[in-house]
Amino acid sequence: MRDPLSKVIRDIPPSGIRKFFDIVSEMEDAISLGVGEPDFDTPWHIREEGIYSLEQGRTFYTSNAGLKELKQEVCRYLKRSQNVKYDAEEVVITVGGSEAIDIALRAMLDPGDEVLIPQPSYVSYEPCTILAGGTPVIIELKEENEFRLTKEELLSKITDKTKILILPFPNNPTGAIMEEKDLKEIAEVIIEKDLFVLSDEIYAELTYSGKHVSIVSIPGMKERTVLINGFSKAYAMTGWRLGYAVAPRAILDQMLKIHQFAIMCAPTTSQYAAVEALKYGDPDVKKMREAYDKRRRFLLNELRSMGIDCFTPYGAFYVFPNIKKFGMSSDEFAERLLREKKVAVVPGTAFGACGEGFLRISYAYSIDDLRVALGRIREFIESL
Amino acid sequence: MTGKILDILYNNSKVTEEDIAVMLGMDIEDVHNEIKAMEEERIICGYTTMINWDKVDAEKVSAIIEVKVSPQRGRGFDSIAERIYRFDEVESVTLMSGGYDLCVTLYGTSIKEIATFVHEKLAPLESVVSTSTHFVLKKYKEHGIVLVDEKKTGERMKITP
Repeated sequence: MRDPLSKVIRDIPPSGIRKFFDIVSEMEDAISLGVGEPDFDTPWHIREEGIYSLEQGRTFYTSNAGLKELKQEVCRYLKRSQNVKYDAEEVVITVGGSEAIDIALRAMLDPGDEVLIPQPSYVSYEPCTILAGGTPVIIELKEENEFRLTKEELLSKITDKTKILILPFPNNPTGAIMEEKDLKEIAEVIIEKDLFVLSDEIYAELTYSGKHVSIVSIPGMKERTVLINGFSKAYAMTGWRLGYAVAPRAILDQMLKIHQFAIMCAPTTSQYAAVEALKYGDPDVKKMREAYDKRRRFLLNELRSMGIDCFTPYGAFYVFPNIKKFGMSSDEFAERLLREKKVAVVPGTAFGACGEGFLRISYAYSIDDLRVALGRIREFIESL
Repeated sequence: MTGKILDILYNNSKVTEEDIAVMLGMDIEDVHNEIKAMEEERIICGYTTMINWDKVDAEKVSAIIEVKVSPQRGRGFDSIAERIYRFDEVESVTLMSGGYDLCVTLYGTSIKEIATFVHEKLAPLESVVSTSTHFVLKKYKEHGIVLVDEKKTGERMKITP
């Protein structure tokens, strides 16, 4: 039989998280701090709206780009949170932020185009770039810069083939954020070099040192940015699979073409629930953000008290401690911790080679769960 | 910060001052002093334990009693409320708007005990016009906490990106 597979897909390595997933799945009593989704249930009024939409028989496709009411709510959200005005025609509702990343890259890339991907970062940018025919170019972010992207790092990787910069902040796995002053420096380069930005702001609502600033709020950037966000993290709606992309019409119309042929439309029930989330969910977001913030401080304090170095992250729900002084690779450390003390964390290398020497620890867990897991980590450190 | 300390204690009064300090990024001494001040001002009136009595093998009956009263000149409802809340078996007394005036909740060991309280102590009070007693059959949620056992079916995967 002929080889049924595409060479492109075969050459893409499986996600680095897979191996740990397999080991943890075998262990019944392992405690995990390795989850990348909220521990909260979706707020009841949002779930209830989803149930109601089913009762009403709203079980058909929506228009390709999504419910008009939802697109309008997205625009209102961007206006009130970033003071940037978007038209509902500049919004596409997607199957999670993940689909938005995929269709944005596919809509914008030609073979040979280079995509700048700061790492450590979420696992899908690199494969999605390759699948879209582009060439990933990694920018290795540094702990001494609190894992922010600097102008110099950006400039050093730009070639005449560079087309897109992916801007993954607040960042998974580091918890790093970019403040307005950082973004302004990046924006200058983007405009001067005539590049585009794919800004993945899925953790926008989870920042702990003032409000998140989007690069679209910097003059001249809205025109060259695809902004991606969604409902998973802010409203604890991961399983509803709902996100969105906002972009200038010229880009959005082509993204919509891919979405139309590959997806049709995002799940209808989820869209109705999301309208409720954007209209009335702000207090829930605030409550969850405050809870995460307490855990963040608690976790940092505990890790530091056991002698683990960690820069202070101000976004998402991860800390990214530096474990270099223990003389083990991230993989080794994580695997031993799992086998010896049954605590699962994710090695930094799952998010790019430059994550070597770091671990991603999630605080999407209750303080009580964190306390138990941290007790075991402390025992592990003391046993070294 | 007092609001944030109260939020934490409202949800769990067993959280230590040390943990509160860490969670809020405060000095432990400041936390200690703020809590002390709130206790003195009676902002914090006490610390209690939430118990699901349905699960305890003890005879416990609780009732909510709607009480209509005629307010007294110059004293409003306060004096009659005091007459009622001074009884040990009374758990709470609240002045209400609407169809009745005072909402009284009671704990007793039997229906008879509560009935006796109502017709011997409460109803005969001079300003009490009428009472309507409702016995509690089942408590689903109290103090923001769901008391009935919930089946939690949705479980997160152990590792996700």
